[in-house]
Amino acid sequence: MSVSVKTPVDTPKVTAARSFSDWANKHRKWLFAAPAMIFVGVLIIFPLGWTLYLSLTDSHGSVRASSDFIGLGNYTTVLSDFDRFWPAVGRTVYFTATALVVEMVLGMMIALLLWRPFRGEKWVRVAILLPLVATPVAVGMMWRLIFDPNMGFANQMLSWVGIPPQPWLSGQATALPTTIFMDIWQWTPMVVLILLAGLTSLPEETDEAARVDGANAWQRFFLVTLPLLKATVIVAVLLRSIDALKTFDILYATKGKGGGSFHEVETLNVYAYGLSFDYNEYGMSSAVLIIFFLIIIGFMWILTRRRKGQN
Amino acid sequence: MFYETSITNTAYVFECQRTVWNFGSGLIEREVVMKRRSVLQLLAVAVVVPFGVAACGGTDSKATGTLRVTLANHVWTEGIKAAIPEFEKDSGLKVELTQLGEDQLSDQYNVKLNAGTNEIDVMMYRPLQEGKLFAKNKYLADLSSNVKSDAAWDWADFQKGPVSSTTFENKVVGVPIITEREVLYYRKDLLEAAGVAVPKTMEELEAAAKKVSAANKGVAGFVARTNKSAAVTQFSSFLYSFGGDFIDGSGKASLDTPEAKAAYAFYGGLLHNHGPANVSTDMSWPEAMAIFTQGNAVFYTEADSLYKNATDTAKSKVADKVGFAALPAGPAGSKPYNVPSWALGINDASGNKDNAWKFIQWATSKARTLAAQKAGVPGPRSSVWADPAGTSTYPKDLGEAIAFSAEHGIGHDRPLVIAVAKAREIVGEPIVTAITGGDSAGAAATANTAFQKFLDTDK
Repeated sequence: MSVSVKTPVDTPKVTAARSFSDWANKHRKWLFAAPAMIFVGVLIIFPLGWTLYLSLTDSHGSVRASSDFIGLGNYTTVLSDFDRFWPAVGRTVYFTATALVVEMVLGMMIALLLWRPFRGEKWVRVAILLPLVATPVAVGMMWRLIFDPNMGFANQMLSWVGIPPQPWLSGQATALPTTIFMDIWQWTPMVVLILLAGLTSLPEETDEAARVDGANAWQRFFLVTLPLLKATVIVAVLLRSIDALKTFDILYATKGKGGGSFHEVETLNVYAYGLSFDYNEYGMSSAVLIIFFLIIIGFMWILTRRRKGQN
Repeated sequence: MFYETSITNTAYVFECQRTVWNFGSGLIEREVVMKRRSVLQLLAVAVVVPFGVAACGGTDSKATGTLRVTLANHVWTEGIKAAIPEFEKDSGLKVELTQLGEDQLSDQYNVKLNAGTNEIDVMMYRPLQEGKLFAKNKYLADLSSNVKSDAAWDWADFQKGPVSSTTFENKVVGVPIITEREVLYYRKDLLEAAGVAVPKTMEELEAAAKKVSAANKGVAGFVARTNKSAAVTQFSSFLYSFGGDFIDGSGKASLDTPEAKAAYAFYGGLLHNHGPANVSTDMSWPEAMAIFTQGNAVFYTEADSLYKNATDTAKSKVADKVGFAALPAGPAGSKPYNVPSWALGINDASGNKDNAWKFIQWATSKARTLAAQKAGVPGPRSSVWADPAGTSTYPKDLGEAIAFSAEHGIGHDRPLVIAVAKAREIVGEPIVTAITGGDSAGAAATANTAFQKFLDTDK
C-alpha cells in the first residue's frame, strides 16, 4: 500500500480487510483471470458435462421431460448399430482422409508456386483465397445448383465435350466424392495460406547451400524444404483434419437431413444432428457425440505427440 | 417493425459498451494517480464489469405490447405480413415477425421450446408433423376456452377434419389456417398436341405419361417428390387409392400388404420409368416444382396449396399451360389426402398469451381467411368455401378438383404418430428403392418390420 491511512486504533475488522487485501495482492494474477476462467469453464465444461449426463439417460421428445438413467445403454446400442452408426464412422473417416490428402498435396503445390515473387502475384493470391471467405452454406447451395443433374451447369459443360450427364450429388456412389470435391475447393486455400507462411519464414541459406552442392529441385524440396517445413505441415494437418472431421454445413446444405435418402453423405455429425433434431432422441444423440468427441480427442493427441516429437 | 427493433437493440448494446469503456478508462486514470491503492476496489470493478455487460444483453418484452410471432415461408405468410400494420393499428400492439423455412422453423422450435423459452408468443406449426409431439411436451397452450369465447369469430365454422388434428386429448391446442389436398398438375398444351385425354385412372396416367413424353424429347412424363421423407405425404394418396394405409385398423404396421406393395411399385415406377433423366432422390416440392415449371415434365402430383407456384408468370415458364385434375383413381378409387397443413398455436411458456390470442383471432377471422383464400391459400373455414367469392380466383378445374378431394379425401397424409420425422424415414424407404429401380416389395417387407418396431416404442 503506497497510501497509508492513519487510524487511531486498528480494529479487528480493518485488520481482516487488510489481510484479505494483502492476500489478494499476492494472488492478483489468479484473481483477475478468475472471471474469464469461470466464463470459459461454464461455457465448455457445463455443456460437455450435460451432454455426458444426457448420454446416460433415455431422454427423448423433450429434454425437460422426465427421463430414466440407463447407464451405458445408449453406448451399447450405438456401438452395435451397423445400419447407421458404423457406416457414418466410415464416411467420416473417408471424407476426412481423402479431403486432407488432396488438400495437403494441392495446397503444397500451390504454395510452392506462390512462394517466389512473380508478376501479378497479388491478384493470383486474392483469386486463390476467394473460396475461403465464402460462407459454407452459400457454397453448398451454389454447388448444388451447378451439380443439378437436369438443369445444372456441370452436366451442361460435359455435354459440350460429348460426355453423358453424371448424377453428381444425386448418385448414391458419387454424392460423397462430390461433397469431398466441394470441401477441397473451399479449404485448399487455407492450407496454402498456412504453408506459404511457413515457407516465407524458412532460411534461404540452406537452400542455397544445397544448390551449391549440386542438389536438383526435387532433392532440394524433399531433403531440405520439406523437413524444415514439417512443423508447419503438421499444424496445417491438425487444423484441417479437425475441421474436416466436423464438417456439417456443406453436407447439410447439399443433401439435407439424414445425408440424403440413402444416407449417402451421413457423417457422424450429420447423424448426431438428425438424432436430436429430427428424431428428438437426445440421449442417443449425446452418446454419439461423446463417442465422436473421444475420437477427435484421440486423433488430436496422436498428432500433437508427433508434433512435439518433431520439436 | 422487426428491423427497427434490431437496430434499436444494436444501439443499446453500443451504448452499454461505451459505458463500460468509459468506466474502464476512468479506472486506469485512478490507478495512475493512486497506484495500487487497493486491490479490493479493482476487484470489485473486475467483477462488476462483466455483469454490467451481461445486464446490457437481451430485451424483455414479456406481457407488454410487443408480440413475437414466428411464421413459416408460405403464400399465407406473405398475405398476413402485408396486413400486419392493419392489426397493429387496430390493436395497438407491436408485432415482431420471424419468418423461416420449414426445416429451419422446426429446428428453431426444437431448440427454443426445449429450453422453455418465452421469446415466442404465436407459433405457426404443422399439426400432423409436430402437433402430437408439441402437445405431449406441453409446448402448446390450451385454447379450449379461447375458441369458444367469441361467437362472431365462430369456431364451429372450421371444418371438422382440420379441427380434430389441432385437438389433443380433448383440448384445442391450435387453430388451423391452411388446408391441402393432393391434385394432378398437367400440361394442357402437351396433352392436347398428343391427343391424350386427362387421365382418370392410374393406368391411364402411366400410359399418358409414356406417350406424351415420347412425343416431346427432353420432357419427362411424370415428376413428383423423391426424397425419402418429403415424398411420404404425396405418396400417401397413391397408397390410399391402391387400398392401403401406413397403419391398419388394429394399429399394426401395414406396409407389406399387397396393396401397399403395389402402391410403392407404382409411384416409384412412374418416376423410375417416366421421370426426369438421372432422377435425384433428394427432391422435395421446390425441386420437383422447378422441373415442372421449367417445362420439363408433363404430369406432376402435388399439394393444391402450392398451385400459385405453377400458375404465377413470375415463377413459372408454363404458367398459362397448367391444367389441374383430381388424383387419378387407383384400384380402390381416387383417395387423395385432405389435411390441415399448418395451424397457429400459442407457446405455453409465453407471458403474453392474451395478446397472442388476439393475433390468432384476427389472423384466422372470416375476413382474413377469405382474403388468404382469394390469394391462393385454401383455408379451413366452411363458410369461405360456401361463399362464391372464396373460389372466384381459382382456376375452374382446380376448384373442381379441390371440391372432389374435399369430399373423398382421407384425413392424414403421413402416419399419425408422435415421432413423425422418424416414421416418415421408415415408411419412405421403399419409395426411394422403387424410384432407383430396386426391389420395392422386399424393401416394403423390411420397412414393415422396422415400422412395427417403431410403433411399439413410439410412446
